[in-house]
Parts: sequence; structure tokens; C-alpha cells
Amino acid sequence: MGLDYENDGALHAKLIEDVLSQYPDKAAKRRKKHLSVATSKDEAGGEDKGPSECDVKSNIKSIPGVMTIRGCAYAGSKGVVWGPVKDMVHISHGPVGCGQYSWSQRRNYYVGTTGIDTFVTMQFTSDFQEKDIVFGGDKKLEKIIDEIEDLFPLSGGISVQSECPIGLIGDDIEAVSRKKAKEHEKTIVPVRCEGFRGVSQSLGHHIANDAIRDWVFDKEDVEFESGPYDVNVVGDYNIGGDAWASRILLEEIGLRVVGNWSGDATLAEIERAPKAKLNLIHCYRSMNYICRHMEEKYGIAWMEYNFFGPSQIEASLRNIAKHFGPEIEENTEKVIAKYRPLVDAVIAKYRPRLEGCTVMLYVGGLRPRHVITAYEDLGMVIVGTGYEFAHNDDYQRTGHYVKNGTLVYDDVTSFELEKFIEGIRPDLVGSGIKEKYPVQKMGIPFRQMHSWDYSGPYHGYDGFAIFARDMDLAINNPVWGLYRAPWKKMKDEPLRAVAAE
Amino acid sequence: MPQSAEKVLDHAPLFREPEYRQMLAEKKLNFECPHPDQIVTDQREFTKTWEYREKNLAREALVINPAKACQPLGAVFAAAGFERTMSFVHGSQGCVAYYRSHLSRHFKEPSSAVSSSMTEDAAVFGGLKNMVDGLANTYKLYDPKMIAVSTTCMAEVIGDDLRSFIENAKNEGSVPSDFDVPFAHTPAFVGSHVDGYDGMVKGVLEHFWKGSERAQAAGAINIIPGFDGFCVGNNRELKRLLDLMAVTYTFIQDASDQFDTPSDGEYRMYDGGTKIEDVKGALNAEATLSLQHYNTRKTLEYCNEVGQATASFHYPLGVQATDEFLMKVSAISGKEIPETIRMERGRLVDAMADSQSWLHGKKYAIYGDPDFVYAMARFVMETGGEPTHCLATNGTSAWQAEIKELLASSSFGQDAQVWAGKDLWAMRSLLFTEPVDLLIGNSYGKYLERDTGTPLIRLTFPIFDRHHHHRFALMGYQGGLRVLTTILDKIFDKLDRESSETGVTDYSYDLTR
Repeated sequence: MGLDYENDGALHAKLIEDVLSQYPDKAAKRRKKHLSVATSKDEAGGEDKGPSECDVKSNIKSIPGVMTIRGCAYAGSKGVVWGPVKDMVHISHGPVGCGQYSWSQRRNYYVGTTGIDTFVTMQFTSDFQEKDIVFGGDKKLEKIIDEIEDLFPLSGGISVQSECPIGLIGDDIEAVSRKKAKEHEKTIVPVRCEGFRGVSQSLGHHIANDAIRDWVFDKEDVEFESGPYDVNVVGDYNIGGDAWASRILLEEIGLRVVGNWSGDATLAEIERAPKAKLNLIHCYRSMNYICRHMEEKYGIAWMEYNFFGPSQIEASLRNIAKHFGPEIEENTEKVIAKYRPLVDAVIAKYRPRLEGCTVMLYVGGLRPRHVITAYEDLGMVIVGTGYEFAHNDDYQRTGHYVKNGTLVYDDVTSFELEKFIEGIRPDLVGSGIKEKYPVQKMGIPFRQMHSWDYSGPYHGYDGFAIFARDMDLAINNPVWGLYRAPWKKMKDEPLRAVAAE
Repeated sequence: MPQSAEKVLDHAPLFREPEYRQMLAEKKLNFECPHPDQIVTDQREFTKTWEYREKNLAREALVINPAKACQPLGAVFAAAGFERTMSFVHGSQGCVAYYRSHLSRHFKEPSSAVSSSMTEDAAVFGGLKNMVDGLANTYKLYDPKMIAVSTTCMAEVIGDDLRSFIENAKNEGSVPSDFDVPFAHTPAFVGSHVDGYDGMVKGVLEHFWKGSERAQAAGAINIIPGFDGFCVGNNRELKRLLDLMAVTYTFIQDASDQFDTPSDGEYRMYDGGTKIEDVKGALNAEATLSLQHYNTRKTLEYCNEVGQATASFHYPLGVQATDEFLMKVSAISGKEIPETIRMERGRLVDAMADSQSWLHGKKYAIYGDPDFVYAMARFVMETGGEPTHCLATNGTSAWQAEIKELLASSSFGQDAQVWAGKDLWAMRSLLFTEPVDLLIGNSYGKYLERDTGTPLIRLTFPIFDRHHHHRFALMGYQGGLRVLTTILDKIFDKLDRESSETGVTDYSYDLTR
């Protein structure tokens, strides 16, 4: 159902030029490599026009002194990968701040008795003081683990999420973890995700994956009878219930989801993962590492999928089904047919209200490419996209989704993003909390695409209906027509064609 | 299939549908390896006991759900209160993303700050290069009038020295040599956000005042509001009162406009804030008053050193605290408190008298920053309430002694307990073992409300899950009225809920109260 359109590449190239001209020379030279306009591989085109190229530099250091939107390795490990594992206690090891700011902010939904057998929306910290910096925090960590055992005996395990000072002062959290794991007969996972490591959240994801490999897999005898249709859902953090809206579909086509990673996950689900038949990975960026490992070590195949919007849901379901043979394929067609009326009704209702609206995206992980077709299913047009912490392979994959002339920006600074938005004036911007309010002040509708702006789920068919409704409520709210006081003489064009028209 | 285009269900109703409930029950049963329900229930009941409370309060190393943040957040907030000032946090970049999110989530406003983006190589070689390049980029791109530099724990652990780094950067031409770059070292492993606030305000004053000759201006007053998530409403209310009194004053660190810019099609990266000229002129004031003592200890010491009289308050809220504040202002400025303000005072007292029967004898648990807890405890006692638990994770022993003195001064404070340094998981045990009627704090209290059934009133930073509270003043007599109404609404809502069952409990479902 994708739309056939091209973006105004010349305008976008000009915008990049304008933005760079305002930087000091040294910074402009470095930033230039991160900004580009997508071009078709085969300009001659025709029917079999290849995917676009989004050739930008990525996964290198942010330039200092600008507002980068990126986070750090700790945010990648604790905030994304480990934090949602619900029956474990995750210690933010170091000073109080990191744990405080990440406390219960990512909407990783779960079911459980918080504070008793579930701990996701709590903040456990070693609250480092000056003396811990001077003398080291290992003794304190030992004591903390004992206190957790005493107060939370039903916790399934503990992870130690290192903040900046831990690596700098040379604490041996691995030794402490090993010792205490033996003593309490529990899984204790040290994670070296100090915020200064790497250039963004991304290294934190990798380190967190490695910690699963080294400190969880093969540590326990897992008694579990696996079946022929067992899959793990990997890289779905259950934002607003995304993993649940996905799981219900996978179960309907006849698969058995033995592990949800890591939204709503228990440690047991992670331990059993090597026994599954297939790993289904949604957020490729944050969890491809462990999928590759499971493939090498246990021979488990893995497959990327995309559950945003009906075009991709259908394609992904069929692709997944193909792996399991005719019976599942048959079920899948039934499931697709079952949801078709819902999809048709959603599109019939919302497409007329959204047709032709332009969208700029700037998010992390997978969304800058995966949501593109969901917008296009609603008749919307993606004019610009980019990632906080993508690597080269993410941009290659992005080429399959974006149209010619799309503005592509890696690790965009707030300065650049604002200039691009001003220059393009899209009908909608999808980005994070830090970008939301500046954009809205400009009179441009906005949706937070990390947290679904407190809505969601957006995955699966149930999620698509919510996604469509949310884009409509963002764009077509009457407030955008109220920005200009009527007594103020209008010198410029109206802010936007207002909904009231 | 529960979903339909006619009535789109989002997460709240969607997952309550039977299909999802069944799916989640099966997930739990087959894959989660849960503890048996009975064991979970038993442990849950155990956590409500005195025995668990004793273990919980005996904790020495582990901190759970603390009611405090780290120093640089305070510094970033402080910098936002000065004219066209960009916060530059020297250290790793993830921290700045967190401060910006945290402030945006509370105020529902843009929050600007940059980082020097230090990584492994800076950890080895120091962050000087990051400072030199970073200041140049910030200066060029964001057109600030001042760049306020603070640190993260990383920069502190490796020992970067801001004074010399900034000087080096100026020598290398990052910013003009006369450009204002005040700074404060704000290690996250010392104190809390209130200390970071203190450090940065002091850093700004020192930057502008050092080496200047003080010419005393009789009657002129500086006001420092302190770290206050309600600054939007509070600062404006205080300025209104001071204007009514015709006092000459300078608000030092005024973030009320920065965190409340209008929506009119233009994004203002900077708005309002104390003008740099005014900061310079503030050296001459006769006195500096701080509205939050524990936020400004070092700053006040410095003001004292330069020859100003100083006084501090504990977040003036309620009748007597506002009285004291206004009388102090009057004494220093020589201006009388006008009749209009006396009328306002009378109206707050009138409201308290009208509602006293609903408030008398109510028990409260209060937590937050030290000055806020002090202020709320004081106001609660004015209404005939009893502050049963007063908790500040960043409260010092000096605070503990001071608030104990306050509580001892009233018959309503006799049973009160003060918990300096304790966290919200400790509070959970306190609420189970010694329950109260109302809990006053911030959004983090919602877990306590759910676990213990204590109604939560959100009156302090951060408030993430309710909108616009910070736009209304809590300070002054008008603010007192707001606080009073908020508490009463909670009481009446609860009463209505509990008496709403038709034909069963609705005998108390009264129209007039």
C-alpha cells in the first residue's frame, strides 16, 4: 500500500548547506558527514528501482558543546535492555542521579506485584558518596546485595548497572557478583555500562547483550520442554504494551512465544531462549548481538520483522510463517483476513483526514525506518528521518524504506533539527520529550515516538488503530489554529492551514 | 477482537479485555516461572509489618526510591533563571539528556543544556579539548549571553579543573575573553540537586561580583527563590506582593518565564531570567533573602562576605511563614505592608476557618526537599493537622534539629517523627505501620498511594503525571489558598468515592458541606 512519491531533494540539500554555514568550520566539517539526501541507487529507475541510499556517517562521537539528543551506555543497558526484566532488581550502581532520571520513564508495561516479585518501576541505587569514590564501592555493593536478599527474597536475580565512576575508580563488580551469586544461589549480572563508554546508548545495548551471554546463558540447568513452534520475541520493550499486541498475533498464527525480550520478561524467559526454534527481532539495533550469538552457539535462526502498520504486519507475518511451513502459513492467511476489516475501517476513517500530510522523524533504534510504512498506509509522506544512535547497517536498512530526496540526519543536533523543521514545516514531527515542546511552540503538531506520548501500543493490528487515531488527534486538533491572536495584524502567511478551515 | 475503528481502545482499556487477560494469564503460567500466589501474598503481607519495617529502616547501604536527584540537575535549573544563559555541563553527554528530559517532563516545556560529550579518551587524557571545542560551538550556535558551566561525576572523578579549562578555552579563542562563563563544580556524589543549585547561583554571583566595589543601596533587596518546580507560579506571585509593597528588589535566578513560554508560533530558546546588568547591580543590595535556606547555604555565606545582610526562609507558605517573610521585607526596605495584602491575608484565614472542621486532626506524611517539608509541616499545623512523618532524603542533621524544634512548638506536632536521609521505600513501611490520612509529595508518591491506600497530594517537584500544577503559586497568602483547596479537594473526593455506592453507603453523599 506504500505511496509512490519523491521528496524535494534540492530543497533538502540547500537546508543542509544553510545549517552547516552557521557552524564553526571545524564543527561544520564533522557534521557535514552526518547529513545527506537519500538518492536512488539506480537513478534511471524504472520498475525495479533499487532502494535508496542514505549514506551518512554514524556511530561516532558527538561534537562537544551542542545539544545532542543522544543518551549514554547506561541508558542503553539499564534504560532499555535490562530495566524491563521484571523479576530482577536492577541496581543503578554509582551516584543517585542516573537511576532517578531513568526511574519509571520508559513505560515498559508489565504484570506483577511491584516491590514483592516485580521491580521495574522502582529505583535501586547505591547512592555513591565521596567516600565511595575515594575508597571504592565494592564493599558497599556486597552489602547492598545482602540487603536486597533480605528485603526482596522473591526477586529472581540482580543486575549491577555501572554508572560513570565505577569504571574510573576501578571497582571489581565482577568479583563481587560472582561471590554473592554463589553465596545467595542467585543470578547476579555485572554490567559495565558506564556512561562515558562509546558514543551513545548503542554501546550500552551491546554490553547488556554480552552480559546476557556471559552471565545468564548456560548458568542454570533449564528444565523446559520445547516445541516445534517456539519463538522468542527479541527487542520489544513493551512500550505501552507493544509486545502484548504483537504476542497476541503470533499466538493466533499458532506460534508459542516462550520469551519476551525484555518488556514484561522474567529471567526464566531469557534463560530458556536457547531452546527456541526461531528468534524474532523487532529492535534490530539493540539486540542483534545476542541473536547472532544464539545463532552461532545454538544454531537458532533469527529474523527481523516489523509490526508497525498493516503493510509491514502482513509481510512480516507471512515471512515468519514461511519459516514454519504450510500449517502456520494457512493460519496466517486466516489471521490476516480476520483483521482485514479492522484495517480497512481504520484506513477508511483516518486516511481522508491525514492524506498527504508530511512527517519528519527523529528517534532511536528501529523506528526511524520501521514506522515509515505505517504512515504511508495512512497516506502520509515521510520527508525526513534519522537516528540518535544508528550504525551503518541501520542506514542501509533505512534505504529500503525511504523515498528519493528524503532528508537524512544522523545524531542531529537540536540546532539542526529546528532549522530543518523551520525550513520544511512538516505537518507532524515524531521525536522525543526533549524535542516535543520546542516543536509545539512553533505551531507544529508532534508525537513522542519513544514513549508513544503516553499512548500505545503501536505494534500489531490493535496498535495500528491507536497509531492512526493518535496521528489524527495530533494533527487535527483545533489548538493549532489558535496560535495567532486575531488582533495581531498578519504580516506573514498563516502558521498552517488550520483545522478550522 | 476488542479493537475497532469506531471506538479505538488504547492501552488503558485494551489490555483489560478478556482476550488479553487470558493471554497474560497463560504467559505467566507457562513461561514466567512465577512464585506461587500464596508466597507472593504472604510476602506482601509481611512487608506491611513492624518486623519488615525494622529491617527496612536498618538498611545501611541500599537506597530505594530516593526523594532526591544529583547536583548538576540543580545547576542546570539554576542557570535557566538567568538571561539568555546556556547551561554547559562538562562530562559525559547522557547526563544532560537526563536533566533535559527530567525538567521537560515536569514543566511540559523545552529545556536547553549542552554537554561537552566526553568519552573514553577524555577519561584518559582529560576533557580540556572538549571544553575548548565545546564552548566555541555553543557560543556560535546558540547565541547565548552567558554560558554557565557545571560538571558531571565523570569530570569530577578525573579531576578536570573548570577555572583553568575555561581560561584555556578563552585563550584559544573559543569565546571572547570578556564573555561571561561562570562555573560551579557539581559532583553528583556529593549532596543533591539543592547543593548544585547553591553552587551555580554562587558561581554566577562570584563571577559578576568579584573585584567590584560595593556601593550600598539602602532598602534594596535580592531575592533568591531556590530550586522550585513551582517557580512559574511562585515567582510571579512573590513579585506581585513585592510590587504591591513598592519594594526595590532583584530576583536572582528567576526561571518563571523560561519554563512558561507562550505558544504563538515562535520557539524561544531563552526567555526572561534575571538580567546580567541586574545581577551585577545586585551586589549593592542591602540584603539578600533566600526563600529556601537549605538551597542556598553557600550562596548566603558569600553574600554575607561581601557585606550584605542575609536572611533565609523555609519556602514561605501558609499564614505565619508568609507573615514573617513580608515583615522581614518590610523591615529591610522600610516599606509598609499595604492594606491590600492584609486583606489577602484575612481571606486566607477566613478560608481556613470555614474549612477547619474538615482538616482538624488529620494526619499527614510529608516528603520532599528540606525546606518544602518544613513549610508544609508548618502550614499543616496551622490548619489543625498533624504532620506524622516528615521525610527528606537530602535532609541533614541540622535540618532534622530545626524541624524538630518547629514540631515541638505546636501541640499538633507532638507525635511527629522526622526522617532525615530516609527514602520512599522506608516511607512505605512507615505508612503501613503508622498510617496517616494524607500523603504530600510529588509524582513518585503514586506508588505509595497505590500500595498503602494513602491519598497523595502532589505539591512539589517533580510532577510528571498531572498537568499544569506548577503554574499556580503555593507561596504567599494566595498560594496558601491554593494549597488549602488542593488538600480539601482530596478529602472531599475520597469521601464522595467512599460514600457513592447507591443504596449502601450513599447516606453520606452530601451536597452541602
